[in-house]
Amino acid sequence: MSTVEIRNLHKYFGKLEVLKGIDFKVASGQVVCVIGPSGSGKSTLLRCVNLLEQPTSGQVFVDGIELTHPDVDIDAARRRLGMVFQQFNLFPHLTVLRNVTIAQERVLKRNRSEAERVARENLERVGLAEKADSYPAQLSGGQQQRVAIARALAMSPSLMLFDEPTSALDPELVGDVLKVMRTLAQEGMTMLVVTHEMGFAREVADRVVFMDGGVIVEDGPPKQVIGDPRHERTRAFLSRVLNPDQVS
Amino acid sequence: MSEPSSSPTLTAAPPGGLSPRRRQQLSRGVQYAILVVVIAVIALLADWREISKSFFNFTVAGEGMPALFTVALRNTVIYTLSGFVLGFALGLVLALMRQSSVAPYRWISAAYVEVFRGLPALLIFLMIGSGLPLAFPELTLPGDVYGKAALGLGLVSAAYMAETFRAGLQAVPKGQMEAARSLGMPYMRAMVSIVIPQAIRIVIPPLTNELVLLFKDSSLVLFLGVTAAQVELAKFGNDQASTFANPTPILVSGLTYLIITIPLGYVARRLEARKGAHR
Ligand SMILES: Nc1ncnc2c1ncn2[C@@H]1O[C@H](COP(=O)(O)OP(=O)(O)OP(=O)(O)O)[C@@H](O)[C@H]1O
Ligand SMILES: [Mg+2]
Repeated sequence: MSTVEIRNLHKYFGKLEVLKGIDFKVASGQVVCVIGPSGSGKSTLLRCVNLLEQPTSGQVFVDGIELTHPDVDIDAARRRLGMVFQQFNLFPHLTVLRNVTIAQERVLKRNRSEAERVARENLERVGLAEKADSYPAQLSGGQQQRVAIARALAMSPSLMLFDEPTSALDPELVGDVLKVMRTLAQEGMTMLVVTHEMGFAREVADRVVFMDGGVIVEDGPPKQVIGDPRHERTRAFLSRVLNPDQVS
Repeated sequence: MSEPSSSPTLTAAPPGGLSPRRRQQLSRGVQYAILVVVIAVIALLADWREISKSFFNFTVAGEGMPALFTVALRNTVIYTLSGFVLGFALGLVLALMRQSSVAPYRWISAAYVEVFRGLPALLIFLMIGSGLPLAFPELTLPGDVYGKAALGLGLVSAAYMAETFRAGLQAVPKGQMEAARSLGMPYMRAMVSIVIPQAIRIVIPPLTNELVLLFKDSSLVLFLGVTAAQVELAKFGNDQASTFANPTPILVSGLTYLIITIPLGYVARRLEARKGAHR
């Protein structure tokens, strides 16, 4: 069964059509990377999957449940989805540990000690067990992003959404975050990742989706989409991303 | 007041023939002269014997002790804090209503703020004193005057605090709400656990200023008609002044206000400065 299925998704912001009929699936355990130029609708697509944006039309299914159905309890449905943001969005007034426990307690109704056990496990997973009592402002960007990943993982999601998780990081901090994501992929987590990290996409993704102008232009294994793109738009984009210094 | 802002070195010899430095000295001399004249006139016009007898009468001041602190200041603090708590709660609710997706809530909140910011606080106290018993004959507020005072100060300050909270809520980045929602928290849960605590931190300095304003406005309680046990600083001073036919107690009351308001205002400015430094 697919973990995510999107059918004929359209999204308008006012008169601006940002998503123009998106269809795709992510099978359980798959890692799908979404690439494409700025403004092509990648973030909007991701945000439509967990309904941070309300799709204008079309359907979104997660684990066979239609999230776009009017009767669905969206708060319950979102528990199946972890989201990692470009800007981390840790809760600055809470310690790292509390960042990871608060939703477990308030949403999953786990008791404090159970929540802390799960939190410490997941902080261990991202290599930050010793930062449990720090505040987000005391961490580097890379550490903050790893805490954000642990926070999402602690909810035991069946799908993780990443929106350019390394774009706000200093170059030397990118590696640590990608390493955590790579491990996650190896452990079989289903992941939908918007990224500009072509190396990561080539190495980790089962599929790469190239978006441009609100449509999916190309969708296939990384060897094909990145290595041997069929569409001129994909080729143009990739040559810009892979050789940023070249004047085209 | 300050130095003339014009022409430093470039106009070495201006039309008047004075160098800029010389002109500066002259201007400062004139300012000192004005100050001395004003002080001299006031000193000559004032009746110093009468002033020291009337305003610095330690015998009369002593008569007010210890009730000044045990009754008047205590009541002032009680009125202020209970009004603040009520205003805080109501202000927060109004700020949340202002963001509601239910349009009438937004209208009610906006109308409340406009009305209560636009009216003199005194008028609201007069309405509570005489209007409230007529409109709601069955209603008895807890603590009688204490309840009415809290209501009056709460209604007035809620309008200001609502605006402060609104700004505070808007200052919390949108990503905070999104992160909380993406973890499965319902809207209200996310507000209470994530957004509101951050908004309150942001508005602590302006709320401290609001507390200072309320402390002074608590003097309006005198229009509710209070007994000797319910008296606050301003009325206490006034009553003592008429008892002894001497205004010293008013001055003493004033100093007592300042003991509270000046440090509190200082704290508010420090908090404000610290917040700025953290950015
Ligand atoms: N809340 C919004 N209101 C109006 N327009 C929006 C909103 N969010 C996004 N857009 C517009 O939708 C288009 C797609 O935006 P989106 O953020 O999905 O692009 P993206 O592919 O993620 O780009 P980037 O690589 O820069 O993050 C853009 O033209 C953007 O201006
Ligand atoms: Mg984006």
